[in-house]
Amino acid sequence: MTTLTDTPKASFRLSMLIYDTRYRSLTIQVTTLGMVCLGIFWLGYNASVNLAKLGLQPNFSFLSSRAGYDISQSLIEYDSSFTHGRAALVGIVNTLLVAVLGCVAATLIGVVAGVLRLSKNWVVSRLMAVYVEGFRNVPLLLWIILIYAVMTESTPQPRDFREGGAASMLLDGSVAITNRGVYIPKPVFESGSMAVIAVLVLSFIGALLYRRYARKMLFTQGRLLPMVWPALAILIVPTLVAFFALGGPISLNYPELGGFNFAGGIQISNPLMALWVALSLYTGAFIAEIVRAGIMAISKGQTEAAYSLGLRPGRTMNLVILPQAMRVIIPPLISQFLNLTKNSSLAIAVGYPDVRATLGGITLNQTGRALECMLLIGLFYLAISLAISLVMNFYNNRMQMKER
Amino acid sequence: MSDKNVSFVRTKMLPQSEPPIGQRGVVKWIRENLFSSWLNAILTLVSIWLVWFVVSHLTPWFANSVWAAESLSQCREIRDATIGNGVPSACFAVITDRWQQLLFGFYPNTEYWRPVLALVLFVVGILPALFTAIPRKFLIGTAVTPFVLFWLLWGGSVWTTAAGALGFVIGYYAFKLLTDRAGLIVGVGGAVGISFAYWLFAAGPLGDALHSILPIGIQYVESKNFGGFTLSVVIGVSGIILSLPLGILLALGRKSDMFIVNKLSTGFIEVIRGVPLIVWLFTASLILNYFLPPGTNFDLMLRVIIMVTLFSAAYIAEVVRGGLAALPKGQYEAADSLGLDYWKSMRLIILPQALKISIPGIVNTFIGLFKDTTLVVFIGLFDPIGLTNAIRASTNWNGIYWELYVFIGLMFFVFCYSMGRYSLYLEKKLQREHR
Repeated sequence: MTTLTDTPKASFRLSMLIYDTRYRSLTIQVTTLGMVCLGIFWLGYNASVNLAKLGLQPNFSFLSSRAGYDISQSLIEYDSSFTHGRAALVGIVNTLLVAVLGCVAATLIGVVAGVLRLSKNWVVSRLMAVYVEGFRNVPLLLWIILIYAVMTESTPQPRDFREGGAASMLLDGSVAITNRGVYIPKPVFESGSMAVIAVLVLSFIGALLYRRYARKMLFTQGRLLPMVWPALAILIVPTLVAFFALGGPISLNYPELGGFNFAGGIQISNPLMALWVALSLYTGAFIAEIVRAGIMAISKGQTEAAYSLGLRPGRTMNLVILPQAMRVIIPPLISQFLNLTKNSSLAIAVGYPDVRATLGGITLNQTGRALECMLLIGLFYLAISLAISLVMNFYNNRMQMKER
Repeated sequence: MSDKNVSFVRTKMLPQSEPPIGQRGVVKWIRENLFSSWLNAILTLVSIWLVWFVVSHLTPWFANSVWAAESLSQCREIRDATIGNGVPSACFAVITDRWQQLLFGFYPNTEYWRPVLALVLFVVGILPALFTAIPRKFLIGTAVTPFVLFWLLWGGSVWTTAAGALGFVIGYYAFKLLTDRAGLIVGVGGAVGISFAYWLFAAGPLGDALHSILPIGIQYVESKNFGGFTLSVVIGVSGIILSLPLGILLALGRKSDMFIVNKLSTGFIEVIRGVPLIVWLFTASLILNYFLPPGTNFDLMLRVIIMVTLFSAAYIAEVVRGGLAALPKGQYEAADSLGLDYWKSMRLIILPQALKISIPGIVNTFIGLFKDTTLVVFIGLFDPIGLTNAIRASTNWNGIYWELYVFIGLMFFVFCYSMGRYSLYLEKKLQREHR
């Protein structure tokens, strides 16, 4: 029996750190780490010298001192006597508000435009192509400014809405588009409205449970239960019954013209409106492309296979094409949501009070704490982005195609 | 039996008759494409109405536009005199009056030929890299172009630029020499070290000395005079060219087996991508000075270029990583089994395929970068959108919006759309699968 002896232990030479593949990666990593640490140390040293010279020791106590400025739009209670921290929170809420509104609208616009772009209808598909290319190839900033200019320059003044004025309200006197903002009805919740909302939530859960039950029946017994109508009925009927049984506790407060401006209702300020419309249309164009690519990525064989199994076109779409297309569509869709959230920082162009405007704008200028403010803003956006990344990774792992 | 008497057999072909009117030509096409179902018909009508609405509102505005005037009020006077009172009419005279500013910002009047020549040189220089039909030896010209462009745009003594460029030549030869003698790592490290030492200590004096012997130079233009589309294109193009190699390196780092390199790349990419560009730009303009040695104050435009480069490099890294992940594992194994080392296998086998897959994503990132150059308006640089504010600030053009936005939008559209078309062309050309 021949034995392979271990190669004789060569004495370690320094050059092996470079030429021996066993040690080389270690050398590279240690060198890289050393250089990065050195760089960070250098930056930190410079910062400490510079800040000491300016007499600015980094600290965050300014967050609890009085802000002393007003914010034009706030979903939570705020006035100038609150702290800088509270002002930052107002900004964060405003950023999230426009991001959520934008994501919803952009998804709707994008899905519709993406599907229509694949339509056989020549006029419609051309129109959608013009929309998509037009918005994708022009800077978002320009769109925001343009739409804002349309809203402030080309819409009627509130006084035009008086009797005999040039403008009139839309949707049976409930919506007014003016150069001071868009006024919509405001829901008023009276006692008993909580019960209606509770019923709504419960019926929503009920509809989900029914859906699950129907699926189970389909998979275990092969019985195809109707899906859409019963689910809708479960969702709507109990809520309506509760609403009327309790005597309509939720009503609408319509905006009305009083004096020089509208009173009542909700005022959606022009900056928010312009930002929302521009972000939705811009991101919608990208989502349209994603949806189109997702549907086109499913090979024609899948459709043909489904037809040859005897599935009708609608069911083919629902059971064969869409589940596969979703796998392609969802990850880039989520990253578009992330882009939209980050792009909402362009609020600076129209003066919408988002987190960059409060914390990174007025607070920064008042306190001079540039380093701390920028750090906090960066961390805020980073937290959102990492949270969305986590969701995406979770989804990807769940949906990954099972291959060999 | 003869069939002469079989009278019902036709002996002559009938001439083909036209299909019925509903089954041919325009009518058939319209029926099948536009009105095949109720839903389709409604969609068609709605779209046609939409198009008509937009066109009918914009056409008079364009058709009645005034092209020669010196101020907005003069525009209005001309309109009232020739077309009619209060008729919608565009005042494109602002473009004819201020186009130089929109294109060149505050670049000295007499030197406008320099950005134009730079653009032409850039296009000529980049052609060999874009189209393989051009002989490869022209790529040397492509390598020289950046330095020529730098000198043309900023001006100053030709020797300063040349001395700077010499650093790259020195680095290249040091890399070749050291790699042959002592391997790749020593080669890279040595080349970088020698070049930096040269730039820090020798480049400046050398340039000055040469200039004192033979002064050749053109007027020096400060960065703050750059503006308009010149600024956008300079920032955009520098960002595009610098971010591609950096992005590829980051992607390789993120795919690397080396723990520390991997984590550092991942961290860098995630942090850069997680924060909006506008926050990075504010960081560059507000707090970057805190992190530099006391007393340094380097050019705002350079800082912006660095930030934009890092930002789009992180995005490109993710796109390239997608391409690397999409390659079948067999390709990596095949490269290893051929005995290629890491860099050779990457350069010859992996990257050509991975980059091919990622072309659409890379070009999209570039388009995004170019569009994002408009954000520099918020840190006080005069990009086209910043210039609209400057133009509006003059009494002549106070209150003019749409004409400027339409012009800027069209310019950006032309740039971005042609980039998108080029990416489609490249995709088609590189398509190797038979369909």
